[in-house]
Amino acid sequence: MTVTVARPAMTTAPEAMTPQAPAAEPAIRTERLNAWYGATHAVGDVTFEIAGRSVTAIIGPSGCGKSTLLRCLNRMHEITPGARVDGQVFLGNEDIYWQGVDAVEVRGRVGMVFQRPNPFPMMSVYENVAAGPRLRGWHRSRADMDEMVERNLRRAALWDEVKDKLRRSGAALSGGQQQRLCIARALATDPAILLMDEPASALDPIATYKIEELVRELADELTIVIVTHNMQQASRVSARTAFMLAGEDGVGRLVEYGKTDELFTTPRDERTEAYITGRFG
Amino acid sequence: MSTAALTVPAWRVHRRRRVADAVMAVLLTAATAIAVGLLVVILGYVLVKGIPALNLAFFTERPKPFGVEGGGVGPAIVGTLIVSALAGLIAIPIGIAAAIFVTELRPGRWGAVVRFAAELIAGLPSIAVGVFVWSFLVRGLLGRYSALAGAVALAVIMIPIVARTTEEVLRLVPGSLREAALALGAPRWRVVLRVVLPTARAGVATAAVLAVARAAGETAPLLLTALGNLFFSTDLLRPIAALPLQIYQYAASPYDDWHAKAWGGSLILVAVIAAVSLALRAFAPRSAR
Repeated sequence: MTVTVARPAMTTAPEAMTPQAPAAEPAIRTERLNAWYGATHAVGDVTFEIAGRSVTAIIGPSGCGKSTLLRCLNRMHEITPGARVDGQVFLGNEDIYWQGVDAVEVRGRVGMVFQRPNPFPMMSVYENVAAGPRLRGWHRSRADMDEMVERNLRRAALWDEVKDKLRRSGAALSGGQQQRLCIARALATDPAILLMDEPASALDPIATYKIEELVRELADELTIVIVTHNMQQASRVSARTAFMLAGEDGVGRLVEYGKTDELFTTPRDERTEAYITGRFG
Repeated sequence: MSTAALTVPAWRVHRRRRVADAVMAVLLTAATAIAVGLLVVILGYVLVKGIPALNLAFFTERPKPFGVEGGGVGPAIVGTLIVSALAGLIAIPIGIAAAIFVTELRPGRWGAVVRFAAELIAGLPSIAVGVFVWSFLVRGLLGRYSALAGAVALAVIMIPIVARTTEEVLRLVPGSLREAALALGAPRWRVVLRVVLPTARAGVATAAVLAVARAAGETAPLLLTALGNLFFSTDLLRPIAALPLQIYQYAASPYDDWHAKAWGGSLILVAVIAAVSLALRAFAPRSAR
């Protein structure tokens, strides 16, 4: 099996697994990452690196394990009953699956945006953005919280649309606005990495366009990993693309990984070529 | 069998089906009519028999001695309010905690064990609960009939009701909200307290109020615990009056005046429970009903 893995500059010795302060340019590296749901082997032996402050897309047909792989990167996979992970995921030099590492603390550093907008329905727009800090028990003055909410709504390109309805329910916004509210909510805890699981698949084209625009802008400040089944979207927003495919055995594996423009123009694996030319998936 | 059916002309098969269909429809309609009719008759009878007993004294005065007309069930109303409220204070936190345990913390085998235990408690005859609390508190720890013992007995009745209803409304909270909160780096207990419970708050409140209303009408658990009292009392460590006990005592008496008061007491209980249920239906969100 040809697993072509582009390796950016970062290489860390495997023994450097003791928790350390994150590197100045946080990035992710997985080492033989496997994931199961009960007896179902969903992700097999994924080893790859994600460059910091850029957008990396994970594409592939339904059931290829791309969402599962994403959820392994912030330890969200394990909240599913019966789910299991084997292998290593390094944030900087720290293996987040090393014993003693607190999953809750990891999720504080790696934010996540889900497929369906899921603002907290009983909270206002303001409270949704403030939810992260509050749920983590941070105490902030009123003025600091106001400033933090405004800053993150601006980062999510939502401020101008909601500044007059901060007290309204987050569920009263349009679908696209709700999703940007969820992005603002995820940004409010200042994650170094943002994982996005098909963030635009439930949205109309204009809302999708705004999300994509936002993803490109945010890549200046943080590392973004975006799962999408939309190849155009991957080519529009990402610098690198990983193509995953479930084999005959149903196990999702990384087939090809490289610069987005190269992967879409000159794929090295025939399965990648078959997928991007629309012959399956 | 099937070959025999094939020899019958199609129109006869169809006619047989139509007849069976009509008979079943009549039977089901009749069963429904009996059920609804029973409710109407009971409510109507309580209303007709109870209303003549109602006057200001009925609500405010204490019972008169045997054979003396007049007086009221004031102590019983106060007693039922106190005992039910105290039972709610005990049962609601425990029931909600059990529901959180089952849905949020240990949804697997331990959750099933807790759920089964709650079902067993719910299935206990209420007189058995009364006997248990009598031997445990009245004979044992407290050494006397008391409002507190009555509240504990009612709490045992309430806990499984609160737990099961709360469990249902917690399950209605979308998993995506839990995921969103966990992905923000929230510890599990904060997810429950600040996201799951607030989202389900209307349903949880409904569960609590319904359980209190249900238990407020229970008689058997109070017979051996609260005992009853002809005087106004707010002492939690003394026997206390309660509407179901007062109804029981009046209904079993030989006096027409007391029979009327038993109907009046029944009317109050039925009206309060019906009013609470209707109010919840009107105000609770659809998801919580």
